[in-house]
This record gives sequence, structure tokens and C-alpha cells, in this order.
Amino acid sequence: MLDKNGIAKRIAQEVRDGMFVNLGIGIPTLVANFIPSGINVELQSENGILGMGPFPFEGEEDADLINAGKQTITLLKGASIFDSATSFGMIRSQRVDLTILGAMEVSENGDIANWKIPGKMVKGMGGAMDLVASAKNIIVAMQQVNKAGQSKLLPKCDLPLTGVNCVKKVVTELGVYEILPTGGFKLLERAPGISIEQIKNATAGKLVIEGDVAEMRVD
Amino acid sequence: MINRVVKNAEEALKDIKDGMTLMVGGFGLCGIPENSIAQLVKMGVKNLTCISNNAGVDDFGLGLLLQTKQIKKMISSYVGENDEFERQMLSGELEVELVPQGTLATRCMMAGYGIPFFPTPAGVGTEVAIGKEVRSITFRGETKDYLMEKAFESDFAIVKAWKGDKAGNLIYRSTARNFNQPMAMAGKITIAEVEELVEVGELNPDHIHTPGIFVNRIFKGEKYEKRIEQRTVRKK
Repeated sequence: MLDKNGIAKRIAQEVRDGMFVNLGIGIPTLVANFIPSGINVELQSENGILGMGPFPFEGEEDADLINAGKQTITLLKGASIFDSATSFGMIRSQRVDLTILGAMEVSENGDIANWKIPGKMVKGMGGAMDLVASAKNIIVAMQQVNKAGQSKLLPKCDLPLTGVNCVKKVVTELGVYEILPTGGFKLLERAPGISIEQIKNATAGKLVIEGDVAEMRVD
Repeated sequence: MINRVVKNAEEALKDIKDGMTLMVGGFGLCGIPENSIAQLVKMGVKNLTCISNNAGVDDFGLGLLLQTKQIKKMISSYVGENDEFERQMLSGELEVELVPQGTLATRCMMAGYGIPFFPTPAGVGTEVAIGKEVRSITFRGETKDYLMEKAFESDFAIVKAWKGDKAGNLIYRSTARNFNQPMAMAGKITIAEVEELVEVGELNPDHIHTPGIFVNRIFKGEKYEKRIEQRTVRKK
């Protein structure tokens, strides 16, 4: 079973040279730590950064320079700063190549829910609805099973939706899944040591398994 | 040169009244108009509707106006990290309209551009779409559904910039630009507080982010705490 860093490492393999990438809060943020050194990507933060760098050294943090998670951050050489409307112009006009975000639920037709639990938790959607409505390629990083042992890969989402028919791939502690255009979670890879049986038990939505499914490689 | 300078926050905000709608710049605690928010607390104006990406934290930013129950309605995209906000929202004391962040920014921008509404795909098929017109539009060879979203109407926009000159021209610093730039163009009356107020001619016209025509009043903020919400660092 993969831990959070394991999920982030596996997603980092999806990042290609020359991509502009938006990373959501949580596991997606960790992906930045595992992008191979030969691969050049520019990280977009929707509060107005292209070319986001690592956290600042102690004592060098700047209250005016934060990322969308409100963390102090640095800029890489060649970075640019812009206002919030311009930032979502980049997103809406599909110049951001890859969006990686967390989810509470994903359905077999690619719907995603990640912003509200009615009566319990309402933090808001932030930029997630804009991102999922426009991004060409959306990968979700999430735990496949909740604390009560219930699957979060569902035939249909129970929670209020963030976007419909938009998720392309899901990476969980148990496996990697492609959302098929006709519906269904197609198992692409198993996490190390995870059996098909375990994956079947943890997937409430339609699971598609073709032939032998290899174990993923994460170092 | 048309002089936009007012003495201080007190003079700049003096005609803000109960029940008005205010845009308030900033993202999290970054780039918020600290001095104006402190002045609103002092004035005690009530039943405000605030359009702002976030609602501050319990003891800073717009959180201060929530503590004093001066806000009737918040229009925001993300409101986590604020216990008092959550309590007032779940108990029904506070009205909340959650708006996707890009839609929020663009609703401000469109107000500044003088465009009444615009189509966006964000929120189609979700509860954000409830009660809104949906149009199927073909754009760049692709046909999909768009929500028709309205430009915001606000009595005042209150923004914070790094430098400004006496004519109201503004320059923002780093990611403190965020919502300040679109909001500065969008208020019926725009108030800008700045860290440094300079003479006309001192700012390079090529570097101006917001032309002074959009700014009705400008003043130098008395002090800036610039609180950091999430201090994340690495070791040297």
C-alpha cells in the first residue's frame, strides 16, 4: 500500500518535460518533491505565480509571497507574477497542461467531489471548480477507502460535485486507474503488494480489469 | 494631475454606511487592506456584504469584522481556517455565497471592464449552477455548456498596493497583487491604501498596474503587520 509520498511519487511519473502544472493542496503539493531532475516544468499557483520554487530558507520568508495554500514560497528564475483574473485566464484558456488535485469522491464517469460535506464541513471550492471545468488533463490523488472502510471510487458521487465528467486518472494507495470515456475505472497498475482482490473490495464503482495488471514501479 | 490623496483611513472610509457592499482585496492574509479593515471595526458599520476571496482568520483580516458581527453576507471562494466564520455560517447567522475563485476574480474584472455578464464553464453541473442561466456555446471548435455569471456591483472597493502616487496610480508587490488589481477597477468608489505614497512623476508609467483613473481615494497606511498565515521554510 502506498503512503502519501508514494502516491505523489507515482503521480510525478505522469509529468512530462515542458508542462505547465497546477498542484492542489495536500498530496498534490508533494508531487513537486519527486519530479525527476531532467524534466523541466513550471508550477502554476492560482493566486498568481508561474514558476513557483521551494519553501524559502529560514529567515527569508516574505509575507507578500505565498502560494495558493497560503504557504510562504520562493520564485524560480524566469518566474512571473500576475493578478487573480489573469491567473484564471491561463487556466480557462487551457494553457495549463496538467492539474493534480485531491478528492473526497470520484465517480466512474469522472465526476469529482471535493469541496463540501453538507451540514459538516464547508470550506469552499477555491479554484477547484474553475480548474476541473477547463483543464485538459486532470489527475486525482486520493485515499481510495475512507476511515470507515468505504470506497470513495463510486458509481455516482454522494457529495456535492466540483465538476462533471472531467477526471482522467486516479492514483490511490492501492492502484492507478484510468476513467474510461464510456465509464468505469480501468485498473492500469497495482500498488506494490496489493492484490486484485483487495482492489475489487475497495472499488464500489465499475472496475475494468483487462489481462494481467502489473505492479507499479515506485522507488 | 488630479489629486486623489486623503489624509488617512478615517477620511477615506467616512461615507461607508450600514448595509453597503464592499469588495476587499487580498488572498488569505496576503495583500489585505489592514488599515481600512481596522477602521471599519472602529466605525462599527453593520450589515455589510463583503466580496473577498477569503474571510481572514479569527483574529486578523476580515475575521475581525466577523468577531464584531458587522458582516451580514460573505461572497468568497474559500473560507477554511476560520472557526468563528464556520460557527456563524453553520448557525445561519451569516449568509454565505461560495463562488469559484476564477469566477470571483472575473466577476470583479468584468465590473471594471464595464461588461455586465460573461459565460464560464466553472460550476456547470454543480450546485453553483442552481438558478443561473446555462448556455451551450461553440468556441474554438468545441461546444459545451457555460454558466452566465454577472459582474459584481459594489459600493466600495478597498484595495492595498505597495506603492502609489498622489494621482492614484498603483503598483503591487509580488503575490499581494492577487484580487487587488481586478477589484481596484471595480468599485463604484475605489479606496487604495499603500505602504509608500510618492509624488507624481516618481513612478515609471510603464510599471503602473492600476491607472489612477480607477482610484478615487488613496492614503498611506499607518502601519502594516503583514501577518503570515502558513510560515513554511527549509533549513539552510
